[in-house]
Amino acid sequence: MTTTFPLEFGMDTFGDRTSDDDGRWTTHAQTIRDVVEQGVLADQVGIDFIGIGEHHTDDFPLSAADVVLSAIAARTTRIRLGSAVTVLSSDDPVRVFQRYSTLNAVSGGRAEVILGRGSSVDSFPLFGYDLADYEDLFEEKTNLFAELLKGSPITWEGKTRPALHDQDVVPHTESGPFPTWIGVGGSPQSVVRAAHYGFSLMLAIIGGNPARFAPFSELFQQALERFGRDPLPVGVHAPGHVAATDEQAQEQFWPRYLETITRFSEIRGFAVPTEASFRQEVGPHGALYVGAPETVAQKIAANLTTLKANRFDLKYGMPGLAQSALMTNVELYGTQVVPRVRELLSAGPAPRIS
Amino acid sequence: MTSPRIAVLGAGHVGPVIARVALAAGYPVSIAASGDPENIALITEFLAPGAEPRWAADAVEDADIVVLAIPLHKFATFDPALVADKIVVDIMNYWPPIDGVQEMFEDPRFGSSEIVAHRLARSRIVKTLNHRGYHELEDERRPAGAPDRRALGVASDDLDARDVVAEVVERIGYDTVRLNSLRAGRLLEPGGPVFGASLRRSEFELAVQAEAA
Repeated sequence: MTTTFPLEFGMDTFGDRTSDDDGRWTTHAQTIRDVVEQGVLADQVGIDFIGIGEHHTDDFPLSAADVVLSAIAARTTRIRLGSAVTVLSSDDPVRVFQRYSTLNAVSGGRAEVILGRGSSVDSFPLFGYDLADYEDLFEEKTNLFAELLKGSPITWEGKTRPALHDQDVVPHTESGPFPTWIGVGGSPQSVVRAAHYGFSLMLAIIGGNPARFAPFSELFQQALERFGRDPLPVGVHAPGHVAATDEQAQEQFWPRYLETITRFSEIRGFAVPTEASFRQEVGPHGALYVGAPETVAQKIAANLTTLKANRFDLKYGMPGLAQSALMTNVELYGTQVVPRVRELLSAGPAPRIS
Repeated sequence: MTSPRIAVLGAGHVGPVIARVALAAGYPVSIAASGDPENIALITEFLAPGAEPRWAADAVEDADIVVLAIPLHKFATFDPALVADKIVVDIMNYWPPIDGVQEMFEDPRFGSSEIVAHRLARSRIVKTLNHRGYHELEDERRPAGAPDRRALGVASDDLDARDVVAEVVERIGYDTVRLNSLRAGRLLEPGGPVFGASLRRSEFELAVQAEAA
């Protein structure tokens, strides 16, 4: 699909709590101001998209992504702004539409939404939802969101919120629906669901060999055809960290990654990483994009080709990484990684990783 | 039973992966979700080509081994009669932070597969394939004798059923460490010594023995 759709390069953050140059953790408020600075720099260095993933924890204190995106919108003119992801199942689709339609207005049509669950589930108990209902909630709320995107008036009925009858939901968008994606971490039904509603597919590949997602990309295009729709973009969201050299990138990233995933392992059953598993993930068949610009660019180019994807969103940062390191990461990604990937892919298909 | 027929119940994250590795090991595989096989035809075509999408009852009837690959929170409404008299592979785990609190699985006296076995009283329950992520299951397969072949635990109260399933696991591409009861199978659960770990057989046996001691 790389020939059908233009290549696009984004960066995603979960509002990972930053530290200062002396290694002291910053406050939640400072972390949020740091994200705004990262977004403004991303615009300046030519990055196409910045995404903010809703989280509700002390190490990811970014629960109101659209507010932060609005602040970035006010200081930029070009970069597109979106969620990565919006946890639709524990939100009200009407409010999500209103907030992102507002962001779309503020930013002059630069809003996007990525719907999904993410691998965090903090919002469910917080807002009184039962995780066991996840799939039913997501199915029904996705259905309503698709209706809202078509424009008012809305007539809709379901089990998860009061019905709407000829309801005008404002603000209206100026030029049709804003781009909407479904983030998929491994559920084939979600791939088919995205095709059914005509949403683009964002593959969240946060561990293991990215090549195993290639059948999902094919399933998506085939499902679109089955539903009588035109092809749609496929994106990849994956974690990483770019610094001047491979060694520096790994030295900065590894202790923070170990700390965070170890904490997750206690609450979510993730395996605790080892230096060997980290080397595997950083290598050509792993999910992490950690290294010097050339290393990361080669890996992105290869995987976009393998996965028939046209968009790559680097999930940068990790709780505890210094703001200065994040700003360097954003700058290197925009000024070196992205131009190099474009160069590699315009020279013909990158060598496949299988 | 030279080549048991395998029915995979569930076409979510895990089901197609199990179907794929079983097909690659040479087994005939059918796959079923909760409804019309037509709904999973496309998924099967791309993610487990060669598996036959069927209604659950038909898939189970013709199968020697049934792999239960449904989300754990759907288990409370799963019909035990559907899999009566069958060998049932329980690959599920109970993680309240992910599944929500499931009353049925909150009894601290029993492991999750013991609770599954109580409810599926007429089936022969084997616990395996639960302690390594579905992401890794495919990548880590190795032929018998390979120096980096990993091991998976297989536990059951029914040792014949356990051995039938263990042979499948070995043909898929893993050594097995066979445990003599579902109670012992609690060692394979989240928080246990092998959960999420990538271990060779000797390492696996050591980890399990250290915990059991």
